[in-house]
Amino acid sequence: MSVVFALWMREVRKYFRSPAQMIGTLGSPVMYLGVLGFGLGRIFERAGEGSYLQFIAPGIIGMTILFTSTFSGMALLWDRQFGFLKETMVAPVPRLTIMVGRTVGGATVALFQGLLVFGISLLAGFRPAHVLVVPTAILVMALVALVFSAMGTIIGSSLKEMQGFQIIMNFLVMPIFFLSGALYPLNNLPAALTVLTRLDPLSYGVDALRGVLTGRMHFPLALNILALVVAASVLMVLGAWRFSKIEV
Amino acid sequence: MILRHAELGEWRSVRRALDFPSFYSGPSVGVPHNAAIPSMDDTPPIIRVEHLVKQFGEVTAVNDVSFDVRRGEIFAFLGPNGAGKTTTIRMLTTLLPPTGGTLELDGLDPVHQQNAVRRRIGVVFQDPSLDQDLTAWENLDLHGVLYGVPRTERHARADRLLELFELADRRNSVVKTFSGGMRRRLEIARGLLHTPRVLFLDEPTLGLDPQSRNQMWTHVQNLNQTDGVTVFLTTHYMDEADRVAHRIAIIDHGRIVAIGSSAELKERTNTQSLEAAYLALTGTDIRDEFAGATDRMRQAAQMWRRR
Repeated sequence: MSVVFALWMREVRKYFRSPAQMIGTLGSPVMYLGVLGFGLGRIFERAGEGSYLQFIAPGIIGMTILFTSTFSGMALLWDRQFGFLKETMVAPVPRLTIMVGRTVGGATVALFQGLLVFGISLLAGFRPAHVLVVPTAILVMALVALVFSAMGTIIGSSLKEMQGFQIIMNFLVMPIFFLSGALYPLNNLPAALTVLTRLDPLSYGVDALRGVLTGRMHFPLALNILALVVAASVLMVLGAWRFSKIEV
Repeated sequence: MILRHAELGEWRSVRRALDFPSFYSGPSVGVPHNAAIPSMDDTPPIIRVEHLVKQFGEVTAVNDVSFDVRRGEIFAFLGPNGAGKTTTIRMLTTLLPPTGGTLELDGLDPVHQQNAVRRRIGVVFQDPSLDQDLTAWENLDLHGVLYGVPRTERHARADRLLELFELADRRNSVVKTFSGGMRRRLEIARGLLHTPRVLFLDEPTLGLDPQSRNQMWTHVQNLNQTDGVTVFLTTHYMDEADRVAHRIAIIDHGRIVAIGSSAELKERTNTQSLEAAYLALTGTDIRDEFAGATDRMRQAAQMWRRR
């Protein structure tokens, strides 16, 4: 248990130690919120869908968590490059313990980042339905963070070098974001797109977050939570398996 | 001679090592040169390697290697670049499965009893393996947690090792800001934080100045004598092997070409120094290390960092 805590602490420490990175990764969420939130706002309202900022803010929080947690999972590749992975791999600790510590640590960092964007969206004018829904929203965020941190661990354990990074970015992370309903409502989509959006775990995360925060929801909350829990469990198991196969 | 094997969790022995007077001693004081070889004929060897083979695709890195390391011994593994030293260490330390042959460490199989083996060993790798974003202290502390060293022991030992390797004033600096030599010292300090039964040192002194090298070997000899830690080391510095090792194995092209004490090797080759004996056994040709592109890049990066 102390090993899990120590590895978790390592991730958290590193996060607070690099404010440049913290602020740097806020760039795109702020841009999405500002440019899309206000740029598309009028069209969205004219279509009778209400405030676009209210709609998009939970999606952008979800996006931030997706990016941050996937990347912190993939930080495994850096640890491989700089050799630190070997130090943990030769220690008398079950690999599962190491994997859990890292993954939960990465998820925590992503949650922090999500909360930061939540704060920024409040500044931009986003208003949750009630202050009491915030704790539930944080739980949803944590669940989303865990799902994609585990996904990052799978990727980090499977790739050998940073070269694969662009491929993962363009063919996995971006599609997960664009198919999630973070930017547009999920109703009345073409059939193919509907299928894809339903396969995307982030769809349920964003929908749950939006539902909890603003009351607007596409799926039932129970289904959203169930989907997230199933995705987190499956990806954690897969991540642990991939992690156990790493050769350093 | 009675040897005490430091059990993990048996922290009395750790304290003994820390109280040992020459732990703090300056560079000139140390353990007597080439202390007597432990006569361990009655106990089984702590490392047993038989017909070990490792192939990477077409390349045979380790080719039918057999040797024993006795309990309480300082055993040096010498050989040109690419001879198979690191590959052998990686197999013994559970990081790489062998292609053939048998391995045994303290009666355990590094392939199938990985965790039990890992509990008994400490490794200082040839390549850097520190977390550069953590401080010196945090690196040591995390290592202690990974090896289950109780908190108070961990902290006391980390403090003393930082002092021993003259890093105490930088304990709270992030490793990223360290010079190559400081990183290397921290890496060694970390490897000594827990008291393993077998300590693997893979070219530990590469890039270190003579003072640090001396300090390190003195400490390693202390660990060996007070706690009976078996040491398995590789180095390219013949004087180091000559100074600390009880026995030396010379490996070339994946095969062991000679094994024995420094005196025996000199006698066999009819030479005056270990270096001459080594060259007589392995020839004077420069070897091309068989390395992939990443290894080469890593090496280049390492060289730049050390400037």
